[in-house]
Amino acid sequence: MSRAETAAGVPAEAGATETETAVRAARPLWTLGLFRDELRTTFRRWRTLALLGVLAAVPVLVGIAVRIETGDGSSSGGGGGPAFVSQITNNGLFLVFTALAATLPFFLPMAVGVIAGDAVAGEAGAGTLRYLLVAPAGRTRLLLTKYATVMVFCLAATLVVAVSALAVGALLFPLGDPTTISGTRITFSEGLLRALLIALVVAASLLGVAALGLFVSTLTNSGIAAMATTVGLLITVQILDQIPQLHALHPYLFSHYWLSFADLMREPVYWDDLTKNLGLQALYAAVFGSAAWARFTTKDVTA
Amino acid sequence: MAPNETDDTTTAGEVDEVRAGRRRAARYVVPVTVMGVAAATIGLVPALADSGDPDLPEITAAQLIEKIAQSDVERLSGTVKITTDLGLPNLGGLESGLLSGAAGGGEDGEGSSADPSGRLTELASGTHTLRVAADGPDRQKLSLLEDAAEYSLIHNGKDVWGYDSASNEVYHSTVGEAGAADTARRGEQRPPATPKDFAEEALKAVDDTTSVKVDGTAQVAGRDAYRLVIEPKQSGSTVGAVSIAVDHKTGMPLKVTLTPSSGGSAVVDVGFTQVSFDRPDASTFAFTPPKGAKVAEDTEQDRRHGDFGGKPERGPKSEEDLAKGFDGLTMLGEGWNSVATFDTGSGSGLPTGEEAGGDLGGFLGSLGDLVKGDFGTGTVFSTRLVNALITDDGKVYVGTVTKDALVKAAEAGK
Repeated sequence: MSRAETAAGVPAEAGATETETAVRAARPLWTLGLFRDELRTTFRRWRTLALLGVLAAVPVLVGIAVRIETGDGSSSGGGGGPAFVSQITNNGLFLVFTALAATLPFFLPMAVGVIAGDAVAGEAGAGTLRYLLVAPAGRTRLLLTKYATVMVFCLAATLVVAVSALAVGALLFPLGDPTTISGTRITFSEGLLRALLIALVVAASLLGVAALGLFVSTLTNSGIAAMATTVGLLITVQILDQIPQLHALHPYLFSHYWLSFADLMREPVYWDDLTKNLGLQALYAAVFGSAAWARFTTKDVTA
Repeated sequence: MAPNETDDTTTAGEVDEVRAGRRRAARYVVPVTVMGVAAATIGLVPALADSGDPDLPEITAAQLIEKIAQSDVERLSGTVKITTDLGLPNLGGLESGLLSGAAGGGEDGEGSSADPSGRLTELASGTHTLRVAADGPDRQKLSLLEDAAEYSLIHNGKDVWGYDSASNEVYHSTVGEAGAADTARRGEQRPPATPKDFAEEALKAVDDTTSVKVDGTAQVAGRDAYRLVIEPKQSGSTVGAVSIAVDHKTGMPLKVTLTPSSGGSAVVDVGFTQVSFDRPDASTFAFTPPKGAKVAEDTEQDRRHGDFGGKPERGPKSEEDLAKGFDGLTMLGEGWNSVATFDTGSGSGLPTGEEAGGDLGGFLGSLGDLVKGDFGTGTVFSTRLVNALITDDGKVYVGTVTKDALVKAAEAGK
């Protein structure tokens, strides 16, 4: 082992340096081009469009269900169902929050898991990964591009839900100055601003799953396996989060603070859980992002 | 391995393997380091942030109690964390149902979910985050933070509003026009569940069976505070000690911790995690029922409790306080070891069981321990703080005393 090392050490090191120089020499604009191509490929896929379509349909379903339920003038009381659902009848803006609260536990992260899981493994499975690597972009840069694309998808998916919910809410229910959950009243434009802020926080809440999916994606050459594993992990974490005996573990599960986005509807805003959520997502992104990098930059690409 | 390298020769492949293996291991150091740094940060930052006990001028216990009494904080806003662990069996929804049924039973109507008396009993178990704001005696707000919902109790002038955002229900009642006497009376009544309420309850119990001392200083919610410790002198009480952190500037209690004599975690721990003594924004107290919300009017003008509909049933009650709750009550013993006793008049044990019906009755019975004594036989229900003995002839003994002391008191009282 040590003999082989000494024998091969010098030329190998030289080879590595050479390649890295080539990578560094690549023009920065090239990355943008790569990113643009990635985005185009991802968002042109039927799979992506179907996922976004399903996400857009959720607020429509919720809106119609609430409308039918309360059609006879009765208010939907009882406090059951997803968060904010009882306020929808009086203010369509609340459909945005309800739709996000309804999709965040499963639909949104599942969609992100599919896209992230497919990111590297899908290319490997289709045999296109090595062609991507032939281009002098470098693996680190390719991986960053992939992660950036998944991040854009997180934002796009969240905005699709929010915009669809706002449209449905405006069509089916009256709009007006919303009452925060603390009981104070804010103007409609501030309500819209908070809705946008909530959408951004929800999108950021998905970054942990995205990084996890990307890491899983670098482990296998089968896109389906990576997607299934990511979604499986998502479900497992969600279940673990429900078991009270494991409460010591809960603050470290990426889904634990997801619903904290509702704290933005308090007056004054309660930041504790929001910052915990964002910190946790950043931690997951750092850990699994660097693990994906460690794996992807050293992996044998045979397909 | 670099992208454009090939591995067609065996030797080169083997060499590559070794090198790649080493490099792979080296690269995995990065995620592991990130995780390690994160773990260290989570572990160390609270320890580093705890900058030790602040240096404050010496003060005697009597002076400190005087300081609490003279404290007249009119304006504040802050976040309170309250943790109660009475050692009640975890019954989930059933428990809160029973508790709110016990406290809110007197209210007419079908019981709006925005009714304060029902809601505040939720504080009796678990950990809750509250927000409090006050601006003088006429404007107070207390909010119970829930998952994606909030229950707010707002007192503004002569209106008292309760708003439950989860069900979009509103409770409304009015208090009499703020006359001079009324204002004075209500001035004493702060929103319940703040450390101040708990501190007042604890200080009420101070008599010659109690040792009170100042035990150093502490930092609570970023403010320097003295720590006042109240301990029963007698043995036999379930109360180990009550520790009150008192703000050195305003004299306001910032944190109250009640530890049981049996050891273990605190029975009640209530304290500010963030506090400000600036005037809260006026819009905080403004409330108009949202359009379409169901409003339950409480027309009972002369409510016994002016603003917040009574304090919730909760932990550190002094014996006198317990006594107020029942009629025909006699007290046995003195100080911390006193035991309240009353006759249910049913002539048989476990009235709760019979009222609640067979299954639940049997279930409640199984939670207690059977004891024998001069009083005949009875069942002792234990929590970490309060023990209750219900004898078979329908007498009830309740106290914050240990089971043995309770049985002894019952025998003596016979």
